[in-house]
Amino acid sequence: MTVLAWRKGKSAGMTLLMALFTLAVLIPLVLIFIHIIKMGFSSINLDFFLQIPKPTGETGGGMANGLAGSAILITLASLLGIPVGIFGAIYLTEYGGGRFSDLIRFCADVLSGIPSIITGMVAYTLLVVPLKGFSALAGAFALSLIMIPIVLRTTEEQLKLVPGTLREASLALGIPLWRTTLKVTLRSALTGVITGILLSIARVAGETAPLLFTALGNQFWSRKLTEPIAAMPLQIFSFAISPYDDWHRLAWAGALVLVTIMFGLSLAARYFGRSRQSGN
Amino acid sequence: MNAKVQLENLNVHFGKNHAVKNATMDFSANSVTAIIGPSGCGKSTVLRSLNRMHDLTPGSKVSGRVSLDGMDIYDRGIDPVAIRRRVGMVFQKPNPFPAMSIHDNVIAGYKLNGRVNRAEADEIVESSLKRVALWDEVKDRLRANAMELSGGQQQRLCIARTIAVKPEVILMDEPASALDPLSTLKIEELIEELKEKYTIIIVTHNMQQAARVSDITAFFYLGELIESGETKKIFTNPEKRQTEDYITGRFG
Repeated sequence: MTVLAWRKGKSAGMTLLMALFTLAVLIPLVLIFIHIIKMGFSSINLDFFLQIPKPTGETGGGMANGLAGSAILITLASLLGIPVGIFGAIYLTEYGGGRFSDLIRFCADVLSGIPSIITGMVAYTLLVVPLKGFSALAGAFALSLIMIPIVLRTTEEQLKLVPGTLREASLALGIPLWRTTLKVTLRSALTGVITGILLSIARVAGETAPLLFTALGNQFWSRKLTEPIAAMPLQIFSFAISPYDDWHRLAWAGALVLVTIMFGLSLAARYFGRSRQSGN
Repeated sequence: MNAKVQLENLNVHFGKNHAVKNATMDFSANSVTAIIGPSGCGKSTVLRSLNRMHDLTPGSKVSGRVSLDGMDIYDRGIDPVAIRRRVGMVFQKPNPFPAMSIHDNVIAGYKLNGRVNRAEADEIVESSLKRVALWDEVKDRLRANAMELSGGQQQRLCIARTIAVKPEVILMDEPASALDPLSTLKIEELIEELKEKYTIIIVTHNMQQAARVSDITAFFYLGELIESGETKKIFTNPEKRQTEDYITGRFG
């Protein structure tokens, strides 16, 4: 009996320890959330979404240009990053094989591990210098470099999960490989691929470093894609280090909005991931 | 009987593995040819070289001649996709498209290749399902998901999908090995009916099945075609010792 009691005690102790570690993981996240909500919520109003920042000394203003700028940057980055990632993954799983595929896979892994400020420097060298100016295009290019390996690797994993018998069923009906790939293989993997895309968007939405010397930021609306453009993370950064209380409040509000967007994207990604598991 | 499909010195390699060695034989039109032999003897490999399914396996190499109505299907100018329209295939495990309805599965050969006229599609679906004796069982739920069907029904659906695109030859890779005895019987009856219109080549593990459904039987062992001939003769009076050992159950 005493042995059993000792075992039970040990089990309870371990369970408690696990619970404590779980809490240790959760507490920082909850604290950040609470703090951001506390600091930012009071500054969120209609003006925040509709107005651009007021000149120093005036109160009010918002981050409309930052929100729009982030949307434009993410859209442009997606236009490049998603197709390259998906078609790259299709090449690796459906058409490739051999050493060249291994090389691409290795490069994608290295690319995803590169500090994001380096991708900013690459975009600076390749686009900002030749075009003689900071621009939305350069910023979007830098972000797409971060998206490509994420989309590529998640899409590849999802395509690999599609049973070979399904591809064969289609091919044996006299459907060409490219149609089989698009209409059967990719279609079967679609929910998983969308999950990967959403996660890659969530990742680049918060990136600041690659935009520092590509998109640069802008206190006003941008009219052309070849001009510097505002972005949420950049605006939060520059407002947070400014000496004005009013700007600090805007930065907190911006942080809250950004975190909420990323929270929403992660939630959506989870939703898609789950609907895949629950069957066809 | 005239030869629909002919093999001349067919060799298939997977890397260093020589899976099929110098096979030469004819497959007659409007008959059922069974390919039998123990696991790993190359019988599925032979079957898959008849509709160029090896094209997509990295490291595979097919040499020799495979002809369909006298035309070499491995000739440079030949599109494997066109070959697969004429030579359909039914697989070991029923593999309907899981995201499609029963109706869409039957018409998949058209639908995946582009648009298809609705009335025409309905007609093809009905005639194909009737042909595999599945129509009465599913006519009230054509829009239901194909995965709701039983294994045997799924396999008949896959056969309907194959004949919907009007092939000339149908390859069957152990089509009943994943099914219960009753479903197996239905598939065998179906094969008997289909041979009126198609050339059927079936790979099977089950020797009784080969004896029941086929006109011609070919026995493969270790990648070599040991013997082929009329099914009755192969099972009662085989010429080669290895064939006799196999059909009497001494190995395999």
